[in-house]
Amino acid sequence: MSVLLRTPLYALHQKAGARLVPFAGYEMPVQYSGVMEEHECVRNAVGLFDVSHMGEVEFKGPRALERVQRLVSNDVATIKDGQAIYTGLLNERGGFVDDLIVYRFGAEHFFICVNASNRQKDFEWMKSRAGDGVTVTDRSDEFAQIAVQGPKAAALTQKLTPYNLAFIKNYHCAMGEVAGVRDVIISRTGYTGEDGFELYVPGAHAPKIWEALMETGAPDGVKPIGLGARDTLRLEMRMALYGNDIDDDHSPYEAGLGWIVKLGKGDFIGRDALVKQKEAGITRKLVGIEVTDGRIARHGYKIVDEAGTVTGEVTSGTQSPTLKKAIALAYVPSSKAEVGSTVLVDIRGKPAPARVVKTPFVTKTSRL
Amino acid sequence: MIPKDLKYTKDHEWARVEGKTVTVGITHHAQKELGDIVYVELPKVGTQLVEHQPLGVVESVKAVSDIYSPLSGTVVGSNAELVNAPQDINADPYGKAWMIKIEVADEKALAGLLSAAQYEELLGKTAK
Repeated sequence: MSVLLRTPLYALHQKAGARLVPFAGYEMPVQYSGVMEEHECVRNAVGLFDVSHMGEVEFKGPRALERVQRLVSNDVATIKDGQAIYTGLLNERGGFVDDLIVYRFGAEHFFICVNASNRQKDFEWMKSRAGDGVTVTDRSDEFAQIAVQGPKAAALTQKLTPYNLAFIKNYHCAMGEVAGVRDVIISRTGYTGEDGFELYVPGAHAPKIWEALMETGAPDGVKPIGLGARDTLRLEMRMALYGNDIDDDHSPYEAGLGWIVKLGKGDFIGRDALVKQKEAGITRKLVGIEVTDGRIARHGYKIVDEAGTVTGEVTSGTQSPTLKKAIALAYVPSSKAEVGSTVLVDIRGKPAPARVVKTPFVTKTSRL
Repeated sequence: MIPKDLKYTKDHEWARVEGKTVTVGITHHAQKELGDIVYVELPKVGTQLVEHQPLGVVESVKAVSDIYSPLSGTVVGSNAELVNAPQDINADPYGKAWMIKIEVADEKALAGLLSAAQYEELLGKTAK
């Protein structure tokens, strides 16, 4: 019997009338006013997300860089202090243990944001494989995390901090005061495709910052955003969701994330398998598809050929609020991965034709 | 949002009874639970329906859900416009978003439908 955890913002979600559901061991808001409305609020104005369930792991010590490098697929040596990088944490087979954001706070100090559902697994994986010269600490319980996302996110956040946010470029971070709370990690990152920040906040002060953002952002139409819209927002931008689109059995190459693999940086866990996979070529690939019969291809639905044989699988699917049509990500045979190819999705026993399309599904021009 | 002049089922369909013809849709509560509806599949005129068996499908961003037939009978009307505008189910569940008209096989079965008061009581229990 497990008990659901609550973030420091739980009471505020309840007060706001959120529908709360179990997610990754937490009781999380899945929606407030409605997925479409929340989605559009983030695309057109600004929204707040409680992502306190995410985990934070710290690497500190003289060999921190070297140790992190050996654990992840991207080249952490390329980032400077106050910079962040998206990367895979891979197993020996080249599959994803998780996908991460690694922040460099200093030559001997790295801070890693991990998925909520993988927090324990990742921490144990990293700690047991890190080696000496570094201390690996799970700091998840200390931090709440608030994401402020949307075209008006920067202007709103700027009203609450003396720090000049123009100095924080995309995938960079700084420590600063927000809404009178000191030592907030202000990171220009997100999971929506919009400009914005993820604020790592000492847990006890999270409600103060949330309420200040809600109040100050009211004239701009700020809204709290649930996990439902978080999913449609990230999927329109083709951002991978661990457990859906990537997992232990799929590599970055298969997931279309080859850019987070830097084979030339030196050895790392999973490298040998990836070298082999690259030489042999991949047999399946994660692609964007559009189903045209009005139904939604959902997670777990099968890709089939004309004879009905299963050849792949849908990993994420939804109705795109921006495009007003059904979009999905699916692993398909490499021979079908070209943009313009047609595949069949078995939707509840009735095959639906789907077209392989370019991703991200939504670009600045498709929104005009 | 439970019109008094309609009958209901425990599966959250509503039924407007006019003699032997019954118009069917899903309730305000059902559309609210489903959220933004993007797709609806309805039976063709002439289809034979069996009480409590699926008559069609309604799909929202969140979930896919069967619609159950409140009664046995024959489909004598199917809302083709709704298929092209499934979002009407959210906007106007008791009006524009009627789904089908059934000619009931046995009028006695109408007695098995819930009244507005009974449905309201059912929702009260569900909420707890």
